[in-house]
Amino acid sequence: MNTLIAITGLGIFCLLFEILNFRKGIVPFTILGLLGVLALNYYEFGSTASYYNNMIVVSKFSTAFSSLFIILTIFLVALSHNFYENHQTKISDYIAIKVFLLAGAVAMVSFGNLAMFFLGIEILSIALYILAASDRLNIKSNEAGMKYFLMGSFASGIILFGICLIYGAMGTFDVTEIYESSLSAELPIWFPIGMVLMTIGMFFKIAAVPFHFWAPDVYEGSPALTTALMSTLAKVVAVATLYKLVAGLNLIPSLENQDLLGTFEHIIVIISIASMTVGNIMALRQVNVKRMLAFSGISHAGFMLMTFLTIATSAGVLLYYAAAYALAGIAAFSVILYVCKNQDNEDITNFHGLGKTNPLLAAILTGSLLSMAGIPIFSGFFAKLFLFSQTIQSGYIALVIVAVINSIISVGYYFKLILAMYSKEPNEERTGKPFLIYAVAVVSITLNIVLGLFPSLVLDLLN
Amino acid sequence: MNVSTILIILLIGAFATYFSGDKLASKVALLFSLAALGCSIVLLNNFCAGENISVINSWITQPKISFALNADGLALAMLLLTAALTPIIIFSSFGNEYKNAKAFYALILFMAFAMTGTFLAADGLLYYIFWELALIPIYFIALIWGNGDADERRKAVVKFFIYTLAGSLFMLVAFIYLYQKAGSFLIEDLYKLNLSADEQLWIFLAFFLAYAIKIPIIPFHTWQANVYQKAPTVGTMLLSGIMLKMGLYSVIRWQLPIAPLAAREYMDIFIVLGIAGVIYGSIVALRQKDLKKLLAYSSLAHVGLIAAGTYTLTVDGLRGAVLQMIAHGFVVVGLFYAAEIIYRRFETREIASLGGIRTQSPKFTSMFLILVLASVALPTTFNFVGEFTVLYSLSQINIWFAVFGGTTIILGAYYMLKMFQNVMLGETNSKVFADVTLNEGVSMVAIIAVLIFFGFYPKPITDLITPSLETILNVINKN
Repeated sequence: MNTLIAITGLGIFCLLFEILNFRKGIVPFTILGLLGVLALNYYEFGSTASYYNNMIVVSKFSTAFSSLFIILTIFLVALSHNFYENHQTKISDYIAIKVFLLAGAVAMVSFGNLAMFFLGIEILSIALYILAASDRLNIKSNEAGMKYFLMGSFASGIILFGICLIYGAMGTFDVTEIYESSLSAELPIWFPIGMVLMTIGMFFKIAAVPFHFWAPDVYEGSPALTTALMSTLAKVVAVATLYKLVAGLNLIPSLENQDLLGTFEHIIVIISIASMTVGNIMALRQVNVKRMLAFSGISHAGFMLMTFLTIATSAGVLLYYAAAYALAGIAAFSVILYVCKNQDNEDITNFHGLGKTNPLLAAILTGSLLSMAGIPIFSGFFAKLFLFSQTIQSGYIALVIVAVINSIISVGYYFKLILAMYSKEPNEERTGKPFLIYAVAVVSITLNIVLGLFPSLVLDLLN
Repeated sequence: MNVSTILIILLIGAFATYFSGDKLASKVALLFSLAALGCSIVLLNNFCAGENISVINSWITQPKISFALNADGLALAMLLLTAALTPIIIFSSFGNEYKNAKAFYALILFMAFAMTGTFLAADGLLYYIFWELALIPIYFIALIWGNGDADERRKAVVKFFIYTLAGSLFMLVAFIYLYQKAGSFLIEDLYKLNLSADEQLWIFLAFFLAYAIKIPIIPFHTWQANVYQKAPTVGTMLLSGIMLKMGLYSVIRWQLPIAPLAAREYMDIFIVLGIAGVIYGSIVALRQKDLKKLLAYSSLAHVGLIAAGTYTLTVDGLRGAVLQMIAHGFVVVGLFYAAEIIYRRFETREIASLGGIRTQSPKFTSMFLILVLASVALPTTFNFVGEFTVLYSLSQINIWFAVFGGTTIILGAYYMLKMFQNVMLGETNSKVFADVTLNEGVSMVAIIAVLIFFGFYPKPITDLITPSLETILNVINKN
């Protein structure tokens, strides 16, 4: 709870900076502030408490995921300095919006009441709509913002409708109360309908197939830093929230009551397979790196959905997978930001010869792509290993084999980028060594490798 | 001192090489690889003196993965092969200039590190990690420093990478499945499992996919010749000399003891696949115009015979296979090095445009001839001991296996000698061929010395490997 208040306070401070005309110091100040919030969050870890009539429930799950979100936001804010160099007058707005977005994210994983859950989603989504359209003179960015807004608000509407049906069935918004009354035998039919609507709405936010159509266009059109945010932070937040929703409402036992459990599991298996396969196959054909990573993100969402099949025990695995994926994503995007600065597109041709002109950043991008592809020593490999192990344990060996085949397909497009960096001739020299971009890239890939060497650090947090 | 010392030396060596700069890189790399060789000889001594040089530490608690390195005679033999070939390979590259040499030599050492780890690992997952790690350096070595047209090279290398990765991912699934049954990835726990025949078949096939692609066994060999040709010679040596032995070694260490029922049941099929590789490789080698490609196909033929030997499940078959693995490792490195020496002078590998080297360079000619004869398993060479033992074990299973496997010697002699004739003999070439330099000579002589010494006296190696092979056979035959 203190974390949430502190984040909101930090956001308001960022807005005040505009008034005080202190724009230069805003990035370091916000990073320091977020580090403070991280420390605060660390002290909350392990305690369980609820606030405001169960509106906010702080648990191990929520604090662990909040820490991940805060760390990702620190990276994203650090990248902002260089990215908004040409928009100095707006920088405090953008950073304040990012901090508020973090507040929404934290609210989303620590809700104890469906009203709070919805508030969190809206805070996050509205911040994202603004950021998607933030390059306001660029028509593509406008398109992305508009498209994302229409699709996103549609999804929010569906979620809200679901919440209403659940309220109609249960007479309460409180998660624990809903859970308790869902154990009783007789449930009105609109309770499962409400759950289905909420899940569909969240699939929209995660961009799981077949609710993924907005993602590639929005990712491509948005400014690169916003794409980085969407594909790392926002994706992880949405998956974690859906996980908490399904686990917290105890959907599984309530479905068991009504013999719907099998159907639920089938749907998860189908959506997970569809997301992996469609995401990977579409990614093979992309020439725009942001679009490629959008499709790769869809396939990773499919992988993360596999944790829902073993929902009672897989929170640690989900946290680990999310951390591995998001850290690799941040490292990759910081290189993309560096390479595509002042370019009008993010095509693969921009990366030609990076291995010669800038070996360090090329190595970092290679590392992050290898992590996403699941090659050992990077944490992406262990994430997949734990996920597969968990899934085989519960008997879904066919799903794991599909996932393995998808991992092989994904190598195809990740390596397209690596090949471009190492085996093509460079087309232009890039000058300047922006310190913050280098720092973010190095730190995030190092964290990724450290997680790979010592997976227990994260994995055991939630067990 | 235990076996992890070698891994540490090689890993530190890789970083030290990278940071020593382009000029010093090759020397630093050689130094570290020699240190690793010295260290492994000391370890061998300690092992023979009965000291325990294995390591086991817990690494990840949940799922239970340990950092376990086990050094028995078999693993030590492979360790010595790697440790001995790495300095030879590095030294053989001294005549060439490489762009960005620090990265090149660092990758070589890193690859040696990963391959050593693969041979030593006694925990399924640790083994898998080393197995995959070995793939990354060779990918970059072949991609960046390779030769030939850039587009074709890219295609060949990517095909190789995706192929091998695809194979090994199924092995990973098999390992996870085994873990669910055994509750641990440790090799001795996996050996103890009692799996049903069906389970064993699937696991056997998953392993087979990984190993058949790596070794390569027909019909999974299509990546091989192109990559051997396109990779720089150092990469080809690493691939053919050591990396493909990873696959053969893993058959003996992991595949056969974990799924013995399936191995016994379908033994004939896999022996036939191996022998098919012998015949196919030999016939295709006959028609090759490129020296490196010819050597690639000849390697395919020899490796097919080794694979057939491992699947016989007899102590002779396994022993012959291991001996031949070591012998083939040395001879193939020597042959590719000879091709590289010719390329340095003539800048071509096309057999038709070579010839007449003999009159200009007697020393090189005799070295090359010894290597050629060793590769066709002439008695008194190490390869003879290996191939003969394998053929003997095949004849015990079925005489026809030995007859068809024996074609490797006949056809091999034909295409190798024909190649030798075209490349070395004939009209004196107008181009000047300088005789071997001191650097080149040292590597060649080292390889030839090993081949001839163990050809006369293979007992040290047989004594080293036989006890561990018998242990493995006991596991295979326990039920």
